[in-house]
Amino acid sequence: MFERLFAHAITGAARLITGARSLWLGCAPVPTKRIYFANHCSHGDFVLLWASLPPSLRPRTRPVAGADYWQKGAVRRFVINRVFNGVLIDRDRSDPSANPLQPMLDALDLGDSLILFPEGTRNQGDGLLPFKGGLYRLGQARPEVELVPVWIANLNRVMPKGRALPLPLLCTVSFGEPLSIGPAEAKEDFLARAREALLALAPEQA
Amino acid sequence: MDRNTLLLFIGIGLLLAIASLIGYLLKRRAGGTENPVIDNLNARINAWWVMVAVIGIAFWLGHTAVVVLFYLVSFFALREFITLTPTRRSDYPALVAAFYFVLPMQYLLVGIGWYGMFAIFIPVYVFLLLPILASLGGDSTRFLERASKVQWGLMIAVFCVSHVPALLTLDIRGYEGRNLLLIAWLVMVVQLSDVLQYVCGKLAGKRKIAPNLSPSKTVEGFVGGVALATAIGAALFWITPFALWQAALIALAVNLLGFFGGIVMSAIKRDRGVKDWGHMIEGHGGMLDRLDSVCFAAPIFFHLVRYWWA
Repeated sequence: MFERLFAHAITGAARLITGARSLWLGCAPVPTKRIYFANHCSHGDFVLLWASLPPSLRPRTRPVAGADYWQKGAVRRFVINRVFNGVLIDRDRSDPSANPLQPMLDALDLGDSLILFPEGTRNQGDGLLPFKGGLYRLGQARPEVELVPVWIANLNRVMPKGRALPLPLLCTVSFGEPLSIGPAEAKEDFLARAREALLALAPEQA
Repeated sequence: MDRNTLLLFIGIGLLLAIASLIGYLLKRRAGGTENPVIDNLNARINAWWVMVAVIGIAFWLGHTAVVVLFYLVSFFALREFITLTPTRRSDYPALVAAFYFVLPMQYLLVGIGWYGMFAIFIPVYVFLLLPILASLGGDSTRFLERASKVQWGLMIAVFCVSHVPALLTLDIRGYEGRNLLLIAWLVMVVQLSDVLQYVCGKLAGKRKIAPNLSPSKTVEGFVGGVALATAIGAALFWITPFALWQAALIALAVNLLGFFGGIVMSAIKRDRGVKDWGHMIEGHGGMLDRLDSVCFAAPIFFHLVRYWWA
């Protein structure tokens, strides 16, 4: 109960501040098993993407987040585990024998969708950093999952890194056409193609 | 609300009812076929009902509510303007000041009726404050351009718009307690000019008046819309402190300003590669799309009235 209220408060605030507008350009908001992969500039990214989904899809769409950041402190743990039902991954590889992708594969096998930031970290510049390989390996291991590029525009201006007070500028979340990995497609080729597909959704920079 | 205000709103209601009826008949005549022009017309009329209702409620609640309403209008307009205007990371302090200090301060000054301050606050004090804040980031890239854009956004979306509620601060002899009607007259004449330019343009428009800046505006729409709205402004002289001929001249002035306001704001949109400022008003676009003409008309109208009547 409290978790749901909290989720409503957070998504409500995100939508109020940013006027969040969802543009479903390449696919419809339907409950297909998907990995939404997006550009990453701010901690607000997954909140805004999550808030841009129809309420019925939110409980089954889980953000993938770094355990090192989100396990620190009771508030962060509550938010990521109870409110957003996040999938925490071990970015530091503290146990080298464990497959770092396993929590995500488990979530997909339960029928959930994921929100993933393939740049791996927040990007302080324009454009996109090179993608990490996880997106490719997940897509290969679970070929039935749709890989949907999502561009979050303007949020880096709303919440610049290291600033506490958000600016009330308008943000747009654009959902592109789902990708799948070709039968013989190499990792580098696919990651470059996915990166291009995501960049194609970005509005022109001035 | 006094009798004149009530009569005015009943008149607007009737006008909208007729518009809705025409929209319904057009839709029915088109049958099942999709017609984007008619659909957009109906969306616009529906949005007008909402906008008139919001203004009506604010009028009914009184002066403070009207100031708060235009504060919100300025906020939405400023947010649309800054969203479309590229700024850099180092503009953050200037933008925080714009949204969280300048905007509320301007409306506070209007609210307490301190003319000597609200008339120069943004053009003088903020004009100097913003580039100082922008310089703190130590970033010289396109410095003049960035500082100008934030200043321009505040002038249009906050300074100009705030001159609508500022009409409440004027003391006009023999017109005490009726200043809300000045706002109603200004907003109505300028908005009707927009609507009538659109209608005349759709019915008779042939020659484009500014094809590179605003492709939907035509000579026929301009002449017909401005002439009709000026006639309506003159006919409504009984709700203003003006005589008939004065009302006609002032209506002509604000309609011409409104027209050129539309052209200027359209040029900015073209340059930024968008058709609308935003999406908050169904059928119209953003707040600034609906407000562009009022932005240009309001300050001049305020000073005309203040100089000769107050």
